[in-house]
Order: sequence, then C-alpha cells, then structure tokens
Amino acid sequence: MQRTRLDTRSLPTHPALGELLPGGALEAGGSYAVGDSTMLALALLQGPSAAGSWCAVVGVPDLGVEAAAGLGIDLERLVLVPHPGEQWLSVVSALIDVVPVVLVKPPTREGRVRIGDAAASALASRLRQREAVLVSLGEWPRSDARLTVTESNWAGIGAGFGHLAARQVTVSSTSSSWAGRAKSRRLWLPGPDQRMDTVVARDAAPRVDADRPEMRSIAG
Amino acid sequence: MNEVGGVARLLVLWVPDWPVLAHARAHRLSVDAPLALVDTGTVFACSGRARAEGVVRGQRIREAQSRCPRLQVVRYDPALDARAFEPVLAGLEQALPGLHPLRPGTVAVRARGPARYYGGEQAAALTVLGTVAELGVSVARVGIAHGLFAAERAARAAPPLERVTIVPSGGTAAFLAPLPVSLLEEPELVSLLPRLGIRTLGGFAALDAQDVVARFGPLGARLHALAGGRDPRPATPRIPPRDVDAQVDFEPAIDRVDQVAFGVRVTSDDFVNALLAQRLVCTALRVELVGERGETSERVWLHPRSFSAAEVVDRVRWQLQGAMHGDAGIAGELRSPVARVRLSPEAVDPVGAHERGLWGTGPDETVHSGLSRVQGMVGHRGVLTATASGGRSPAERQTLVPWGDRPLRSRDPQKPWPGTLPPPAPATVYELPRQIAVLDAGGRPVAVDERGELSAPPASIHGTGPGATGSRRSVTAWAGPWPLEERWWDAEAARSAHRFQAVDGDGVAWLLVLDGDGWWAEGRYD
Repeated sequence: MQRTRLDTRSLPTHPALGELLPGGALEAGGSYAVGDSTMLALALLQGPSAAGSWCAVVGVPDLGVEAAAGLGIDLERLVLVPHPGEQWLSVVSALIDVVPVVLVKPPTREGRVRIGDAAASALASRLRQREAVLVSLGEWPRSDARLTVTESNWAGIGAGFGHLAARQVTVSSTSSSWAGRAKSRRLWLPGPDQRMDTVVARDAAPRVDADRPEMRSIAG
Repeated sequence: MNEVGGVARLLVLWVPDWPVLAHARAHRLSVDAPLALVDTGTVFACSGRARAEGVVRGQRIREAQSRCPRLQVVRYDPALDARAFEPVLAGLEQALPGLHPLRPGTVAVRARGPARYYGGEQAAALTVLGTVAELGVSVARVGIAHGLFAAERAARAAPPLERVTIVPSGGTAAFLAPLPVSLLEEPELVSLLPRLGIRTLGGFAALDAQDVVARFGPLGARLHALAGGRDPRPATPRIPPRDVDAQVDFEPAIDRVDQVAFGVRVTSDDFVNALLAQRLVCTALRVELVGERGETSERVWLHPRSFSAAEVVDRVRWQLQGAMHGDAGIAGELRSPVARVRLSPEAVDPVGAHERGLWGTGPDETVHSGLSRVQGMVGHRGVLTATASGGRSPAERQTLVPWGDRPLRSRDPQKPWPGTLPPPAPATVYELPRQIAVLDAGGRPVAVDERGELSAPPASIHGTGPGATGSRRSVTAWAGPWPLEERWWDAEAARSAHRFQAVDGDGVAWLLVLDGDGWWAEGRYD
C-alpha cells in the first residue's frame, strides 16, 4: 500500500525502534498501537522526550514513573492525567493541541476498546494538524503500526535466587504499509543499564543465560 | 527634651508569646494549655504554662515532651504569625499613625506625637494598651525610652500588673546598665564578654569606645553604642498596604458549586483589575471559604505566571470541590453551605515582569495554558507531574503533584535507602495493590515463617481480588523473600512485609509482596 501522506515530518526516535516503524521513525500525525507492554509504549516516548518534547500520559493510573525515568524520559516534561473519566476524548484532544507525544490507554468496555471510528478519525485529523503522535496502549483503529512483544526472557533471576536484572524481548510490528508482512527485532527492554537497546547478535544464539545470574545481596 | 544625641524617644508595644497566641487562635487551642511551636525540630516558642513545666526555646521536641508530657506541639508558620498580627497593626494605626513593625508581636512608634496628643507618655501608653485590648490582645506591654533597643528592653521589663515602663530622658544608660550582656544577641560577643569579666551592659558601656573598636571591630562598636543607650536606628513608619482583598457574601448561603463559581465571577474580575490598577499581578492566591456555620476552608493556590479572572474562579471551584471531599492540602472542611468567599493575594509581582513577549509566547507557555484547560475539565488534581522521591517500595519512589503546585520533596531520592530493590523499576506500579494468591506445586498457599523461611517454592499466581478473572499464571522463575521492616517506631506508617519477584509463563515479571493481610501484586514489569 502506498503512503497516505506526502512529506511527513518525523520525530526523533530510538534507532532500535525506528526499524520497526513504517518510515523508519515516529511520524508526525501518526498513531501507533502497542499491545500490553507499558515498557514498550514508554520506549516509544523516550526518543521525543530526550529531544526536548513534552509528553502526556492519559488514562494510565498505574504508570511506573521510575521506570519511565530509567528509560530516559524527562520527568520535567511529562504530564499525567490518570483518570480522565467520561471526558476522555476532550482531554486527549486538548492535550494533542499542546503536547507533541500523547500516550493513551483507550477506555474499554467488557474487554473491547471503546473508541469509535468517528472519534478516531477526528483525533487523527487533529494529530496531523498539530503534527503530534499518539501512542495507544491497546488496540487503536487504523493505527500506522502495531507493536507487540511476542517473546520475553528475563536475565538475572532463577528458581529462588538472583533478581530481575535485564530483559530481552522480541518485538514484532505489523503495518498496513508492509502489505501484511511483519517485522521483528530482538531488543533489550530494559537492558542492564535500564535503557533500551538492540540485541547485538553473536555467533552463538545470544539467549539469556538464566543459570548464571549476577549475584547481588538485597538486605531489608 | 525629646532628642538626646539625635536618638528619638520611642514607644514599643510588645505582646509576650505572640506566636503562641496567634497559632493557638488559628488552631482553636487554649492559650492556657501547655503549647509549643516547633520549627525544624526545636521549640521556637511556648506558652506560659509550658514554660512553667520546663520547656524553653531551642529545646528539641523530644526533650520538651519528656519535661511536659501533655505538651501540644504545633508547627510554626511564620506567614500565619505575620498574618494574624496584621489586624492588630491596622487597629493600632487608627489610634497612632506611623507604626514601625519590628516583627510579629512587636511594634515601635515615635513617642513624641502620641505623648502630646494624649497628654503625657503614661496616658499614651495606656491608650495603646487599651486599643490592643479592644482587639483581643490583653497581655501586651509598653516601654518608652530613647532608642529602639532601650525601648524594647523597657517593654520587656514592664511588670505584669502595671504593664508600662517609662525610662526617663537621660536615664537610658542607667536603665540598661544592670542588664546582662546576653541581651545583645550576638553569639560571639555574648560568650566572650563574660569570660573577660564583663557581665552587664553597664560594664560593657564603661569600656572606652576606641578600645572596643580596636578589639571587636565595627560590629562591636555598634553593640557598644547600644549598651550605652545610643541606638542609632530610627523608627521608620510603614506605609499601610492598600486593601485589595475581595469578598463575596452569599445571603442565603449557597450549597451548589456552580452557583458559587458564578457568584464570584464579577468579584474576581474586580480583584484582578484592582491589582492591575496598582500595576501588580497575583502569583499566589489565598482563597478562604466560610460556611454558614462559621467553619472555614482555606488554601493557597500557586500559579507559574499570574492569575487571570477566569483562573481565579476555577481555583474557587476546585477548592469547593476539594473541601467537600476532604481533599488533602486544604485546611479545614466545609460541612454547610457557603456564606462567604474571600480572595486575597498571597504574593504579587509587578505587572512588567509578566508581560507577554511581543513576538508571541514561548512553547512552554502554550503547554501551560493547554494543561490549565485540561485542569478545568478534570479538576486540579486531575493533571499531575511526577518527580522521583526516595523510598523502598515503587509507590513511594514516585511523587505526583498537581500541575502548577510546588513539588514538595519530603524524601530525598539521592539518599541510599538500603533495602530498595535494585533496578530495573516496574513499568506498572499499581495505584491500589492487587490482591492475589500464591500457591505451591501442591496447591497450598505459600507462607513465610518467623525465620524468613519459605514454606515451599511458589508455583502459580492466582488473581483473587475484585475484577480478577480467576486467571492462573504459572511461575517459571522467582526470587526472594526479601524482608522489609520499615518505620517500626511509628504505628501509622510501620510496614513489615516480604518481597518477591516472579516471572510467569508469558515472560511477564511481577513484584509480589506478602504482608499480614496476604499476598499482593505491587507492580508489573511488563
């Protein structure tokens, strides 16, 4: 499928995620759906935030702020609206007006996302007009790309010893512009330094070695 | 003979224990009860009753409490202190103009005018005492002498019954002579002089001025002049602030938020315009709501720039909504319809400092106005900013502050916080921890005994709380228990729990906590 827009401006994106997005980066006016991984959604915010953009998070009362800061999101320019309630749509559109990157968790009813096509296209036109990006934690109608974590392996923890230290995930992305094909990448999310990074493949399968974790004592 | 060596004759009014009086009134406590005001962990001021039991200024709270177990401790608020003195100043200004407030509770005025007007210094002093007694301050003292230092000492030396000390002209040095040098309030000199054998102000004043300058420098020379009754400080009359407070009375009282908001609209317009007329803008606003039954709710609202009339109305509305739900940060709770709304500027700035740029506004200003709009939709506490704070559980390690409020950092994240779980932090920190059940391979609940031993390795996690769909997740890897014993000295905040990390079959990791009430999921590493 051809691109639906002419020369779109792209936002600074982490190179590890850029390969998974159509156009190679977050594109202004785009909407992206992330399936059930808060960390991955925050990773999408990291690039613009590190470059000085404001970010907003709507409808995620359980956000781990420390994890966001660990990924490299600037808390000074992060705004949270945990309980937008019935005013969800007007809050999101008001935020799109002023904040370039908005992470939303769409309201659900009986497990299904409750965003109508009309509301989604109204927001989409607003996004294009304001050159903002919407990241949805959950399904989003006509999203530019849909990213999911298909495999996740933790390092540092075993059967009764160690502690969570780092995680390797396989993120797969589908987009309507790739004619049904999916792309996938192996990422550190978070790596040993709490940041996100591409897993550099070595000769042997670079799988997480769960048998020999880094030992560290934790006192109460 | 009114001037001696260029030193004016001054009248000083002193209210003993004014901070205690002001705070007792504000907190509706009895002044007769043992009461102490604390500032940064030490006693700042105390009531007479507490003093009789051995509480003194500068003592640590714990020591004061051990001397007087019934002691009521109130945090000292300098703003409240000053604010409560304002009506006294305004009342006094009716009787004698040209006041020079030294600090809350102490005020000076040139004595010549009142003495002539009221027919003598004694009469003037009694008039002043009568005026403040009408304002509800019955314990004040008055001293009249040459110079601020001597007049203040005279006021403090006034006997409790007569309440007036008049130091005759030319008798200043003689009045000060027997007083101890510690009154000079200069730590270095106060400790040094007694070691040199000089214990009274008279002894200090008797030294040769040249020698004092040579030995103690300019500061010593100034204090030497004070001890000799030559206080060069004049009494500078204050310029009374113009009243810009706005007030709306509702008769009958109103119990609907939107009606109150509508009612204050015109007043808040006038309030902002009245400030603008003085070329000022309000950057911090105090909103005081008075209920029909006399209870008050007050709160200071901050603004990163300056309040417009519509924003003032918004703050009144939010405060009403908060006061009805007993919101934190608002002093007092409203239980009856609103009878009065009072707006006063807590901080003002010259309007020039807040002028909009000629070429439009900066990007952050747009963000601010947009977020204020969102706050208008979801309420003041609906839009939050986050800061990292210190603590051992992930929920403690983040502090959320409403947009526009000053972040208060009570726990320093830079401190080591031993016992914290090492990074990474969970990406999901449950606002309310979810209740779960953790079972071993045999289906029995996993427990931890007193020695910190696990009954059996956990094998599966089950959601049990409301909203859980009875999901079962098998545990593929786990670690713990890590005990947590926090604030055992404080029954309210004490916490004793065991923490675990577990990875389920989908590769999602969980932060699990076992406390006296059972198993909880505190966070999810998703």
